[in-house]
Amino acid sequence: MREIVATSAMRMLTELLEQKTGQVLSESRLWRLETALGPVMRARAIHSLEALGEAVQADASGGLATHVVDALLNNETSFFRDAHIFAMIGNALIPEAIARTQAQGREPTLRIWCAGCSTGQEAWSLAMLFENGRARWPDWRLEILATDISHSAIARAQSGIVPQIEAQRGLPVSEMLRWMEPEGDDWRIGPALRGKVDFRRDNLIDPKVPSGYYDLILCRNVLLYFTPERKRDLFSVLARHSAPGGWLLLGAGETTIDLTTDFAACPDHRGAYRRVDPA
Amino acid sequence: MKNCLVVDDSKVIRKVARHILESLDITVSEACDGREALSQCQSSDPDVVLLDWNMPVMSGMEFLQQLNATRSSRPKVIFCTTENGLGHIKAALDAGADEYVMKPFDRDTLESKLQIVGVL
Repeated sequence: MREIVATSAMRMLTELLEQKTGQVLSESRLWRLETALGPVMRARAIHSLEALGEAVQADASGGLATHVVDALLNNETSFFRDAHIFAMIGNALIPEAIARTQAQGREPTLRIWCAGCSTGQEAWSLAMLFENGRARWPDWRLEILATDISHSAIARAQSGIVPQIEAQRGLPVSEMLRWMEPEGDDWRIGPALRGKVDFRRDNLIDPKVPSGYYDLILCRNVLLYFTPERKRDLFSVLARHSAPGGWLLLGAGETTIDLTTDFAACPDHRGAYRRVDPA
Repeated sequence: MKNCLVVDDSKVIRKVARHILESLDITVSEACDGREALSQCQSSDPDVVLLDWNMPVMSGMEFLQQLNATRSSRPKVIFCTTENGLGHIKAALDAGADEYVMKPFDRDTLESKLQIVGVL
């Protein structure tokens, strides 16, 4: 990979990203800047990162800064990404959470937070999974909150529109026919699922979501963009919003080691972490 | 190592599919139409067939129907076509197709469909 020496414009743009989202673009990933910001620059006939940096500083409305930050966020996602994780959720975590919730005498509602939901496929996958297993939990309701810091990702998630190439990624065609409907060249989440996910734009570092609430939190492939210090902050946030005994799911390369004692790895469920009783 | 028969009258599509499949450690053989594909299925017994719909000599649907009629155990069949309408998708599934890829497709899509049919 070619080595890139950070210019002052690069530093300014990466600092903007960190300031707005907490995410860090490391030196080794600076090559992404020009690629990711290309569409923003072309749309405004801006020909260099230096000119873009100046334009961001000159834009008092902050609108350009929002577009720049959005463009730098990685929105990669797909339906049932890491299929074994979804199998584990359906076969083990949901049944366990239901049993625990019943033991606590709570109403029959399972609460899930997709923290860093991108364009929504993870949250829709959970809704499909829950509805497909409906016979196993006939009286239960699912409440899914899905948040992301990206304006454009949340707008797309809220629209329910999924481009064709993404609609078939990870999703069996039978499920696509069951839960989606054609919308021109794209596909749209159908009425049976629409309304089952509450998509909101929110910042993970200071989210406006209820504390002590969520039975299952998915925060996958998000931590890898944060510094260790920010990761610790984020784990505190996740712990604060987890229900007692709730589950946390991280991405494949992510860990709690040396970062938090609020969640403990579960040997039986790889990738799943249990909220430790704060007692 | 798994083997995939790519059936498409477009040399470009066959080349793209081969490139993706070989990167997934899948051995690839090719056919230009349904008739040639039937012949290859008898001789080489692929694990999965990536199947175009519209082809000269014999279409993908005719191929699938004949494959169903002549083979008690057959390879997984993934349609891969520009026929993206609901009618075509349902007809393919009714005829026994295991999965459906709408063109254009990319590596991630193809990989995920191969996982879904159990080839990967």
